[in-house]
Amino acid sequence: MAELVYDKTGRLLFTKEMRKEYTLLIPQMLPDHFAMLVSIFRSEGYKVEMLENTGRPVIDAGQKYVHNDACYPAILVIGQLINAVQSGKYDPHKVALVITQTGGGCRASNYIHLLRKALEKAGLDYIPVISVNMSGLESNPGFKLTVGLIRKVVYAVIYGDLIMNVANQVRPYELTPGDTDSAVQSCMDFLLHDMDNGKGMSFKSMEVNFDRITSTFKAVPVSKEEKVRVGIVGEIYVKYAPLGNNNLADFLLSEGAEPVIPGLMDFIIFKINNREVDVNIYGGKWIKERFCHWLQNYLMKYQHAMINAIKRSGFRAPGDFNELHSYIKGYLGDGNKMGEGWLLTAEMLELIHTGVPNIVCTQPFGCLPNHIVGKGMIRKIKDDYPWSNVVAIDYDPGATRINQENRIKLMLANARALQKKQGLQAEGEHQEQNPAAV
Amino acid sequence: MKLRVGIDIGSTTVKVVVLDPDNKLLFRSYERHFSKTRERAAETLRSIQDMLAGQDVHMVITGSAGLGVSKASGIDFVQEVYATAAAVQEFHPDTDAVIELGGEDAKIIFFGGALEERMNGSCAGGTGAFIDQMASLLNVTVGELNELSLRHEKIYPIASRCGVFAKSDIQPILNQGGRKEDIAASIFQAVVDQTVAGLTQGRELKGKIVFLGGPLHFLLGLRQRFVETLRLDEDHAVFPKDGDCFAAMGAALCSTDYSPRPFEECLKLLEESVDATGILDVMPPLFADQAEYDAFLSRHNANHPPRADLSTYSGDAWLGIDAGSTTTKMALINEQGGILYSYYHSNLGNPVAIVLEQLREIYKQCGGRVHIKGTAVTGYGEELIKNAFQCDLGLVETMAHYKAAAHFNPHVDFIIDIGGQDMKCFKIRNGAVDSIMLNEACSSGCGSFIETFAKALDYDIATFSRLGLFSPHPVNLGSRCTVFMNSSVKQAQKDGAGVEDISAGLSISIVKNAVYKVIRAANADDLGKHIVVQGGTFLNDAVLRAFEQELGRDVVRPTIAGLMGAFGAALAARDLGLAQSNLLSNSALQSFSHIAKPATCGLCTNHCSLTVNQFDAGRRFISGNRCSRPLGKAKQELPDLTRYKYQKLRAMEGTGSGSGIRGRIGIPFGLNMYENLPFWYEFFTKLNFEVVLSPESSRKLYIKGQHTIPSDTVCYPAKLLHGHVEALVEMGVDAIWYPCMSYNYDEGIGDNHYNCPVVAYYPELLAANVPLLKETRFLMPYVGLYRPKDFAKRISKLMEEEFSIPKKESIAAAKAGYEAYETYKKDLWAKGQEYIAYAREHRLPILVQAGRPYHIDPEINHGINDLITGQGFVLISEDALSHLEGYEGRKVLNQWTFQSRMYNAARYVCTQPDMQLVQLVSFGCGTDAITADEVRSILEAGGKLYTQLKIDDINNLGAVKIRIRSLMAAMEARSRHNS
Repeated sequence: MAELVYDKTGRLLFTKEMRKEYTLLIPQMLPDHFAMLVSIFRSEGYKVEMLENTGRPVIDAGQKYVHNDACYPAILVIGQLINAVQSGKYDPHKVALVITQTGGGCRASNYIHLLRKALEKAGLDYIPVISVNMSGLESNPGFKLTVGLIRKVVYAVIYGDLIMNVANQVRPYELTPGDTDSAVQSCMDFLLHDMDNGKGMSFKSMEVNFDRITSTFKAVPVSKEEKVRVGIVGEIYVKYAPLGNNNLADFLLSEGAEPVIPGLMDFIIFKINNREVDVNIYGGKWIKERFCHWLQNYLMKYQHAMINAIKRSGFRAPGDFNELHSYIKGYLGDGNKMGEGWLLTAEMLELIHTGVPNIVCTQPFGCLPNHIVGKGMIRKIKDDYPWSNVVAIDYDPGATRINQENRIKLMLANARALQKKQGLQAEGEHQEQNPAAV
Repeated sequence: MKLRVGIDIGSTTVKVVVLDPDNKLLFRSYERHFSKTRERAAETLRSIQDMLAGQDVHMVITGSAGLGVSKASGIDFVQEVYATAAAVQEFHPDTDAVIELGGEDAKIIFFGGALEERMNGSCAGGTGAFIDQMASLLNVTVGELNELSLRHEKIYPIASRCGVFAKSDIQPILNQGGRKEDIAASIFQAVVDQTVAGLTQGRELKGKIVFLGGPLHFLLGLRQRFVETLRLDEDHAVFPKDGDCFAAMGAALCSTDYSPRPFEECLKLLEESVDATGILDVMPPLFADQAEYDAFLSRHNANHPPRADLSTYSGDAWLGIDAGSTTTKMALINEQGGILYSYYHSNLGNPVAIVLEQLREIYKQCGGRVHIKGTAVTGYGEELIKNAFQCDLGLVETMAHYKAAAHFNPHVDFIIDIGGQDMKCFKIRNGAVDSIMLNEACSSGCGSFIETFAKALDYDIATFSRLGLFSPHPVNLGSRCTVFMNSSVKQAQKDGAGVEDISAGLSISIVKNAVYKVIRAANADDLGKHIVVQGGTFLNDAVLRAFEQELGRDVVRPTIAGLMGAFGAALAARDLGLAQSNLLSNSALQSFSHIAKPATCGLCTNHCSLTVNQFDAGRRFISGNRCSRPLGKAKQELPDLTRYKYQKLRAMEGTGSGSGIRGRIGIPFGLNMYENLPFWYEFFTKLNFEVVLSPESSRKLYIKGQHTIPSDTVCYPAKLLHGHVEALVEMGVDAIWYPCMSYNYDEGIGDNHYNCPVVAYYPELLAANVPLLKETRFLMPYVGLYRPKDFAKRISKLMEEEFSIPKKESIAAAKAGYEAYETYKKDLWAKGQEYIAYAREHRLPILVQAGRPYHIDPEINHGINDLITGQGFVLISEDALSHLEGYEGRKVLNQWTFQSRMYNAARYVCTQPDMQLVQLVSFGCGTDAITADEVRSILEAGGKLYTQLKIDDINNLGAVKIRIRSLMAAMEARSRHNS
């Protein structure tokens, strides 16, 4: 059995021996993206599992071991990990926990420490915790983010973004329920199969795969029905994780709306862009700035390829990172980088500009950055786009679904009235243009 | 056209209307449903069968509780705000905004341009339920509350966010003899403030406003507060005749969008539908059977004081009074602690009258046989009662409870007391009270919550809680603030939970709140081995059982659990060893009189709300004061570094060494400016600007900017900024300087040196939400003071662009700024040392206030500093000590400049035997969720006490005082123990 090794500061390390014996448990956030990540890590020789435990026991475990004023995502993520460890499904002496760390000025950078405190409280402090971050915050001999691995991760993110994007455009209109999910599954199957065989991870083969994915979804028979489109933005965890937002996307579907969810790649580029901006605003090493600049362009090349593939297929394509960035002029400075920073406001504006004026802005109760970039910007957005229809929803262990759903229903009622009005207006304009038709 | 029926099912009431084709009301009803929503609606419809039978009607349901009924019955649903807007547009087409208050929700709808709607989100404060709760706290009906409010003379500030907070504000006012009339009006004002602050979110309420909903329909006093606050005249404040049923009328109007049905079919759908049930989240039962319950009872009933009988007793006795927040408890004991007489009753909002009546009763029953040798009083009303009846001793609640608990178990190491509206628990370490945890956040008000809920379901409290004992499937209602629990209960009811399951669920929730929210324990060993539980709420067997189940261990509940404060006080009175109590004699009681009058102290900027109590024979007692000045005594001025700092910063105004020729630059006096002002003052005066500071913070300044606050859960220090920048615009400055700063100074004691996100980017929020800022030059560039050379380069470029200042000049000014900041810091450190030396010379204890730099703002800390020095401490701030320790790794990511200082200050305090630390935490501060635990563990590892003072926009020093006094008592006990 692997020996427990600590570093100078007393932090338990994930050793090379552990890499052979231990299973890495990762909390869930984006089901499809993360499934691919798991597959990639397996191909690198790690034993990995994405957690799917959910519901009250997860929240209970979180509240039991995490300071209750900590943000909701921390309670859920840590609750999910601890609940899994205590479930009896794994040998607690043979698991390590994985958690991301963004390293920004928001509380989220402290999740890993809250997790360690929680493990200590639960008497599980022999379980190593691995930080996945881009800031070089904590290193482990048994876990290395190599350049090759990072490249693969980029592929998982971009494939995941594409699948999420087109699936959301098809699912509300499918004629046979379940068709879209089958399409998702078949795409995942061939992508994972390719990845396992080391394929699909060159730029060229990616472009081919993109078209394969879009044509899979194009093949799903759909109705011509018109539905209200609703954007979902917010704090990254509650925005994406069904556990965090009480299955918001499903709820919108059941209410007859089409959910529009911006992808993960923008967030990654955003975090890289922050570093470049920091050097510009405050000073620092030019080499860091150049490197970040290069990295951003590298990722945007992939993003452009994805956007082009969506356009080719006839689906609605999102704007690229630069387009998002252009919207925040007059709203926020480039230096607003904590949490989702200016990106959150940019996503709302991009949605409005692309015909999705109805938006649910999600945040954990009391989320610090969202005071500014979420709720703080809605007033100005309304001033500038009077027809925009944004509702801010708070999530926490005590907030009941019924209240959240009622507020979302109000937004939907507004959206439908708006759509009706626009329809009438469009009709009126049409008639004006063709007086003969009257 | 067919008749249209609108049914509005709200959280507490059902409204049904029938509209004829001319939109005339043929029928309207407004009835409470006591959670039987579907039945109530069906019954009302049946009562108007004659009108509708045999016809096709349009019928639509709306309302917060209507969704489930709609789903179950298949009758169409419209969202209630949408319905209300439809009715208003029909009946009052030129309306600019609607304010609607319901049982549990509050809404504002803005018309004009695009329809914009706001609803209360996660917080249900400021609604009808809140008013109900407050009325029952004052022991009046809602109607009487209304009557009272119309005769008010003054308005007290009462927390407007949440009912729980309001309760803890009202209680001290009541206990100190404040007038009910004033409190009633203050409650309504709190509702108004909540609505305006929480819902307008940056959009101004003006023009013609229509007021709707039950509370606004029935309560004239509430209307009055709205009209006065919003400065509306008769033409602009509209109270429609049927304002309580507008949503139902709107639903009727919207109903033509849906197809009609025969009335009989509608009724049938409604009557026969089974409520949609979700999956109920249930827990194991409290007791498996009667035998288990009996064993439980006999175990607990063994913990009783020695038996005693007043009617036959003669000899010495001691009296303890616990003037608690909602109840008054009294105990008369003999030498052995046997209870001769006891009393436990709601204080009905007037503890003085209750105690008076009881004292008379005690004297009567004592006859001449019993000799009272000492009297002690504890609890919220301690000072008032002590002064009114000349008791011998006043002691802090925690000490009273400890004394009582130790009587039953001398080894007690953990005490938890859940009373009517407050919960407190603490550890006992080395014979001293340690780690006090009080419920100041949203889980407060636990005991009385069950009571309110029992009432809402038409049960008395005892019956209601007994129902839960044998519930086979208690509902899991979570562990959050009671306000949220209300909607959890509703959801559970909808999902088919019975009353007994809900009763048991509520008892378990209270326990979970205590264990996980207040104590934050991971397991029973965290608390202690010898746990004594007290307080009226633990007399509830269901709560006690849930507590034992949750901890997995047996605890001690004395039979006098509800009397423990009074019992402990009586024991303390006994231990005074007096020959004769100073308590008012029986004859003095005959001429006793008491009048309470409100007043505002004008002796300093704190403007304390005083209550002047007049007793017979010219005796007077003033409460609500923070210092001794209004009592006519000279103010005792012990060294206070926060005051020194504040005065020093406030003086940084004017032209300084420069000429001021370049214009007047305004700087908002808030948040990080409390740290960065010395720099900017020097920088701008050096550049020949005149620096203009915004006025000192005050409640008035807060209200001024309140309407532009977009997020009502942000911390109070940030909220104040809105008023500050508005004031600067009105002062006519040439520009406002408020830069964004992701990073603050790097002091080398943390892993990074960020500001928190709110401090970092609040300028951008202000620019987007304060319309007045468009009238000035609001400069909010991103700057980084932590890299002096880069900063000089960038700021000089900016100054050249903005003000055409030659770069060289700005570079020199930046250099001077850094030097000035350095000088300021060094001066602060030296002053700190001087004060410490003073304390040691005079043998005074030293208290370190650890918070953010802006916590020295008297409007933010509400004069806690005066309270602390008033108790005989010398006060030092964290930034005067943090440089005395170097960098050390922490168990958390130590990444914020201000927060790092607290860790270092705590480490330093651990090395100094005569220092203790209190941490100031602003409500809503997310970073302190992380720092609080870390500071605590540093202090506890160093053998120090951890005391946290949570502060908000509301000026309630009661809880602060308990903590400071307990800290003092613990310090005394420790020094006794050591010597």
